[in-house]
Amino acid sequence: MAHLVINEEDYIRRYGPSLNYTPESGWKTEQADRLVKTHCCFCGVQCGIQLKVKNDRIIGFEPWEEFPVNQGKLCPKGIKRYLQNEHPDRLKNPLIRCESGFRSAEWEEAMERTVTAIQSIQSRYGKDAFAFLGGASMTNEKAYLNGKFARLALETSNIDYNGRLCMVSAGAANKMAFGIDRSANPWSDIPKAEVVLLAGTNLSECFPVLTEHVWKARDNGGKIIVIDPRMTPIARTCDLFLPVRPGTDSALVNGILHIMILEGWVDEDFIRNHTNGFDRVRESVHSWTPARTQQVTGVPAANIVKAAELWGNARTSILLHARGIEHHTNGVDNVLNYINLVLTTGRIGREGCGYGTITGQGNGQGGREHGQRCNQLPGGRDINDAKHRNEIADFWGVSESELPGEGLTACEIIDAIEDGKIKGLLSISFNPLVSIPDSRRTKAALEKLEFFACIDFFLSETGRHADVIFAGSLQAEDEGTVTTGEGRCIHLPNSIPPPGNARVDWKIICELAERLGKGQFFDFRKSEEIFTELCAASKGGPIDYSGMNYQKLEEDFGIFWPCPNSNHSGTPRLFEDRCFFFPDGKARFHGIDHRGPAEEVDADYPIYLTTGRVVSQYLSGNQTRRIGDLVDQYPKPLCEMHPKLADRLGILDAEEIRVVTRRGTMLVPAQIVRTIRPDTVFIPYHWPGKQSANQLTNRVLDPISKIPEFKVCACRLEKIHDEPKKEVPS
Amino acid sequence: MISQTDEFFVDASRCIGCMACVQACGECDTHRGKPMIHLETIDRRSGVQTTPVICMHCEDPTCAKVCPADAIKQDDEGIVHSAAKPRCVSCSNCVLACPFGVPKMEIEMQLMMKCDMCYDRTSVGKKPMCATVCPSGALYFGSRKTIEKIRQEIPVNEFRFGEQVVRTQVSLMTTTEKQSLEMDVMGFLAADLKEEDPLSVIRKGAPDVAVACICDDPIITEDSSQIPVIL
Repeated sequence: MAHLVINEEDYIRRYGPSLNYTPESGWKTEQADRLVKTHCCFCGVQCGIQLKVKNDRIIGFEPWEEFPVNQGKLCPKGIKRYLQNEHPDRLKNPLIRCESGFRSAEWEEAMERTVTAIQSIQSRYGKDAFAFLGGASMTNEKAYLNGKFARLALETSNIDYNGRLCMVSAGAANKMAFGIDRSANPWSDIPKAEVVLLAGTNLSECFPVLTEHVWKARDNGGKIIVIDPRMTPIARTCDLFLPVRPGTDSALVNGILHIMILEGWVDEDFIRNHTNGFDRVRESVHSWTPARTQQVTGVPAANIVKAAELWGNARTSILLHARGIEHHTNGVDNVLNYINLVLTTGRIGREGCGYGTITGQGNGQGGREHGQRCNQLPGGRDINDAKHRNEIADFWGVSESELPGEGLTACEIIDAIEDGKIKGLLSISFNPLVSIPDSRRTKAALEKLEFFACIDFFLSETGRHADVIFAGSLQAEDEGTVTTGEGRCIHLPNSIPPPGNARVDWKIICELAERLGKGQFFDFRKSEEIFTELCAASKGGPIDYSGMNYQKLEEDFGIFWPCPNSNHSGTPRLFEDRCFFFPDGKARFHGIDHRGPAEEVDADYPIYLTTGRVVSQYLSGNQTRRIGDLVDQYPKPLCEMHPKLADRLGILDAEEIRVVTRRGTMLVPAQIVRTIRPDTVFIPYHWPGKQSANQLTNRVLDPISKIPEFKVCACRLEKIHDEPKKEVPS
Repeated sequence: MISQTDEFFVDASRCIGCMACVQACGECDTHRGKPMIHLETIDRRSGVQTTPVICMHCEDPTCAKVCPADAIKQDDEGIVHSAAKPRCVSCSNCVLACPFGVPKMEIEMQLMMKCDMCYDRTSVGKKPMCATVCPSGALYFGSRKTIEKIRQEIPVNEFRFGEQVVRTQVSLMTTTEKQSLEMDVMGFLAADLKEEDPLSVIRKGAPDVAVACICDDPIITEDSSQIPVIL
């Protein structure tokens, strides 16, 4: 049904990606009517930025030096982001699939067709046969609305979001260890730490402005430890670099904990009074001697001891991690084990002492809080908890039995489509064809959909498979809030209206709900009303926003949740009272028995493949692959490999090679660098089709978080021009 | 607002290669999309070290001295400007002579163009664009007193190139300790790995291959000792 109808070049010719280098009106010096103080639309740092607006068009940017997190600093993506707004590829009308690709349509037809398809599929196959996929680059308002729409209007349990590819391992581990899913400290604590441990975070490329926070710690005499198979820009100047073998993070932590316990570098009082389960840690790290840890991780024993010594003896410390330890089938275990490192020393809940996961998506934190996850209701409530279900059912004015139960996660939804169990899909700001592992299977799944509708601002590679495209809104075209990686909820003012006939996303959702006969639950006239409802819904939940409003967010450069009443000024640092979010107030240790990755290297696939990001691109690239200067900075994927490996295989720099895994094959130029382990290659993932690293990656999921294992699988490298060796009869 | 005594400091050791400076330079009103600074990658094969190249604004600029057309002017505040368009003969003498590798010849415009320390911004009390956005502090605009307080590195603005001594308005931050930093991941690996063939996957006693799987992949669960070693 949803096969592509024209060839790829024709889609690109009509809908891009095409490269925009200049503002719509050229480079003539124009005086802006107004400067809108807002935030970058990309990563979870959410840098403050001012957009120059003239006649309801964005014509440039100006740094915003008063916003405390970035003080005017920006990365190249933030600088060039405004070029999306007047972009020639921008969708300005709904599109409906036809024999020649797509035709422009009226909203009435697009809406009617979608509602008819939803009703037809659900009447034939059941409510759950229609799924919803959301995204974590959208506002809190939209995240809340998506969850409410799926449960009350679509009445499906199958709603999930692309944060499933991002922060869920950290989120699950945070809840298991601390009882709350938020970074424990504001980033202003980083410079105050004596030791900053960065695990699996290419911080300088993915969150560039946090670099200075880390280096301020160093200027103050602090030490930086970096754990990463690659020497990333932040690793270049660190004090201790541990290039861990992909997939062995929790083994490395066990090795560090082994030494800390052996040497007594632990806070016995804290462990006794404020935690449970340390004995289990003692047990699981017992056999992880430096020698064994070296053997498994490839990190020299002496440096493992050194890490334990630095971390163990620090008076203040911050641990930060990102996808490098989370994108694994043992991602939750890895995060739990790093949390063990923090709890063992008791260094949390004080100035300069703490822990955080750095969220990758713009609203990576808020997007996972308000109910667009398959197992979650607003306010961070659990969909399987009877009390939580009743609270939300009462709040929404429905009976508890009307709320669907836990549904499938993002990758499982794609699997279920492939298996023919899910027949229809509505997605918003999600490009799974580029972002989910094993893209050949994702494509096969999309082709099986009976009906597929997308809400998006540009036609993504995934969107090409859709029957109906709703022209939605870019970040600057709507008002709302996002919650940054430090737990700070900030306000995004509406900078300009959507162009042409495009509409703000939440109005599209509300109208669909109306047409599905559920308009009474979606009677919103402005996004502030959604926020007010979201805050009220969160009251009394684990994630409490009930004391927030737009005015307060504007005045205070945002508010850190929990903020449980209108007189509350928010909670920048968690656990200051050493009380964790469990009935007994104690944090939980989890002893981790190291498991390796789902796919180990072997004779046929002897090299580890790991994937990640580059500084000039964002996620699946649906936005950043359209901005000329960002594309020029890193135009296409390269395969990083060590000269030792390249020499062994006779590969030259820039030579195009074939990377082969059990899922697929990719042709990619080699980039020969000494900044990676010799047993590992790295390919960034921002590109589609034949340039997609996710042709190769392994769609196996962490059993708890259901995050796929982007960060390690087994591959082999082949020279393209080598003829296969012929058997010579003896 | 900036103060009269604010200066420009460059600390290449803090550069993360993100290009925010270059991208932002082009966005400056008068630059019309054309960056006046550039980023050098030192040797990507050996490491990720990069450095932003902005004009150092020499007291006695070599570029101006070698210009046969007298096209490069220094203003009263010591800012060395791009070549004046009516005069520049695009001979590239300045490009070859600058000891810091700053000027670039814009062939299609037949003009040498370079950083003017954001005169249009500093004259209205703003910091230069690149130093405002630089996320890592490699480019810093502020008072000498402040930077000496917050950084351990020392600002230097006198350089020797053979016989020539060059004094500049812009300072480079340098460390007093001379260190040779290991830039190869190999140097951080366990000794036995350094000698190992990167393709030999069955390491002696590697304990985790057999228990690695969480799914029933036959390739992973089969007895690891049976998997041949590539030599």
